[in-house]
Amino acid sequence: MKTHTSHAEAAEEFVKDEERTHWHDETLWHVREKRDVAAHKLPEWEQLRTNASLIKDYVLSHLDGLLIDFEKNAQANGVEVLWAKDAKEHNEHVLSILQKHQIKNIVKSKSILTEECGLNHYLEEKGYDVVDTDLGERIIQFVKQVPSHIVLPAIHLKKEEIGEIFHEHIGTDQGASDPKYLTESARLHLREKFVQANAAITGVNFGIAETGGFVVCTNEGNADMGTHLADVHIACMGIEKLIPRAADLGVFLRLLARSATGQSITTYSSHFSRPMDGKKMYIILVDNKRTEQLGREDFRNSLKCIRCGACMNTCPIYRRSGGYSYNSTVPGPIGSILSPGLDLNKHSSLPFASTLCGSCTDVCPVKINIHEQLYKWRQVVAKEGPSDPVKKWAMKLAGATLSKPGLYDFFGSMARKALKLTPDSLVYSSLNAWGKQRDLPEVPSESFKEWYKKNRKSHEQ
Amino acid sequence: MRVGLFVPCYVDQFYPSAAIATMELLEKNGVEVVYPMKQSCCGQPMANSGYENYSGATSDLFLKNFGDFEYIVAPSGSCTLHVKEHVLPKGAFRPQIFELCEFLTDVLKVTTINASFPYKVGVHSSCHGLRGLGLAKPSEIIAADFDKPKSLLEKVEGINIVQLARKDECCGFGGTFAIFEEAVSVAMGKDRIGDHERQGVEVITSADMSCLMHMEGLLRRNNSTIKVKHIAEILNGNPL
Repeated sequence: MKTHTSHAEAAEEFVKDEERTHWHDETLWHVREKRDVAAHKLPEWEQLRTNASLIKDYVLSHLDGLLIDFEKNAQANGVEVLWAKDAKEHNEHVLSILQKHQIKNIVKSKSILTEECGLNHYLEEKGYDVVDTDLGERIIQFVKQVPSHIVLPAIHLKKEEIGEIFHEHIGTDQGASDPKYLTESARLHLREKFVQANAAITGVNFGIAETGGFVVCTNEGNADMGTHLADVHIACMGIEKLIPRAADLGVFLRLLARSATGQSITTYSSHFSRPMDGKKMYIILVDNKRTEQLGREDFRNSLKCIRCGACMNTCPIYRRSGGYSYNSTVPGPIGSILSPGLDLNKHSSLPFASTLCGSCTDVCPVKINIHEQLYKWRQVVAKEGPSDPVKKWAMKLAGATLSKPGLYDFFGSMARKALKLTPDSLVYSSLNAWGKQRDLPEVPSESFKEWYKKNRKSHEQ
Repeated sequence: MRVGLFVPCYVDQFYPSAAIATMELLEKNGVEVVYPMKQSCCGQPMANSGYENYSGATSDLFLKNFGDFEYIVAPSGSCTLHVKEHVLPKGAFRPQIFELCEFLTDVLKVTTINASFPYKVGVHSSCHGLRGLGLAKPSEIIAADFDKPKSLLEKVEGINIVQLARKDECCGFGGTFAIFEEAVSVAMGKDRIGDHERQGVEVITSADMSCLMHMEGLLRRNNSTIKVKHIAEILNGNPL
């Protein structure tokens, strides 16, 4: 029984506003184009992708040992390392740290992991006010939305709409939409929050096993602004975000921003190792079903993801349906192969939100075979997902009919005859999904097989 | 040279001219074309819907019909890819299946095409043929440029192949996607057509009739003058 809105239903709503769909599509296609320009500047681009993929393959097949190394080295640096089995444990760890240090004000830089764990909501219920300092995340925080894109959280909002949001929440001029003015206003507003913050929560782009250090990439420097001023730094990290050596950053930092936005590197690549004197640093390592995905031979490659968002920018369906249509913390192509592993029932429609065009696989900096995994998830959904007896029956019938040449020929011929004879008003009824906005093909006088029989019978086997 | 001709089910039923052109084109290039009469469908609709397990019988039928050939040729990138990846036994040396264009360029190595098509043509680079079979260099990949279908079309007299704004974006057909995600499918198809329209295209061609069927459905519903034509028909010298 269907209890969740499917991607198809949500997408249908999105697409109703044709103009806005075009705007959203063009905006993200532009980001894809910037990625292309950046990638073209490196003749060794495809080799870099291969290297990144191989390094991540190594990480996944040695994850246990590398995590232990990472913990040991981080602890030697004076960092406290905590392990969280799931979102609940992660949130509880954060809470106990905040309570232990009697934290009043919290700033948070972009962490899709904390979105996955629902951290903000959890902390708000406990009476904390968490300020998201990534500009996109701050914008959507004001209107109580979640990110629609993992790198460009507010990409679904137009600058005029952002102007209205800022007018209401930070007192900018009514009707303002100049990006420079709005950004400067946000900067001043957030500056206050940074100065007041006692704790800074960040994500982790790359955890380095050999040093116990980690790297956080931002364009705004908001990770640094938060962590340098606050007394406590809590870094939340998915266990798959390790790389073996510091030298491997030479591969990943060259790929990440180029894939994500077309920049050669993010404005800030912040390297953290040890807490400043008198301050505390924590790393929370989160599983939340990653080890389960690791155990799935067909899908473990999805854990190579470095959260660049390139797959979303290139996906013709994502661009025309928006992140919210996926109803999943991580949307788009990568979300569609990660989320069914988290909740197959809720996300059963996602592997079908695709034409399997393969563009996502081609742009993925770590060479995840996304479109092949989408195909494989479809087989899992058909067997283990919510039952769809009509589809199943139709496919079983198709399999039986199409495999018997006599039946195939007969039904093909009947379908053509029926189409020829049936008036358009019946053919294009509301039951005909194809015919809603498209004409059916014109019916030829004979099939190829019939033509062949008549004209070339001597070759018949 | 002897090949088995595999005609996709929807081409057999709705676009026989593309299959006839394929046959004639191969024969013009000295190939003996055999058409096993008991063929039907490659099984992709079931498999892509998640019901691989219901495509076993169609796979068996395919192998029964084509198992003894060295070469199978099909006027479809999508069906060829599905057969290659999900029907033919892994690691077997034969049979090998080829989409029509790659068969012409890679196996027959044709150098001339005797055809005239004095029209403004937009080439739709179908996804499965492009990224699955390697018919051309995808726009995402940083490597030397090549395009097998286009290289054949360039040999056609009088043809004017336009450059599109988005070289190889998906048309939105995607098999059952066209039915189950109809709204986005149509939005994608309309955008593809818009790209061709803005370049003044008169005819959209492709190695895949499925993409063309989807775009043609939209073109006709919107009373467009743009025609679609399978690449086999252009290369075979069929008139518009």
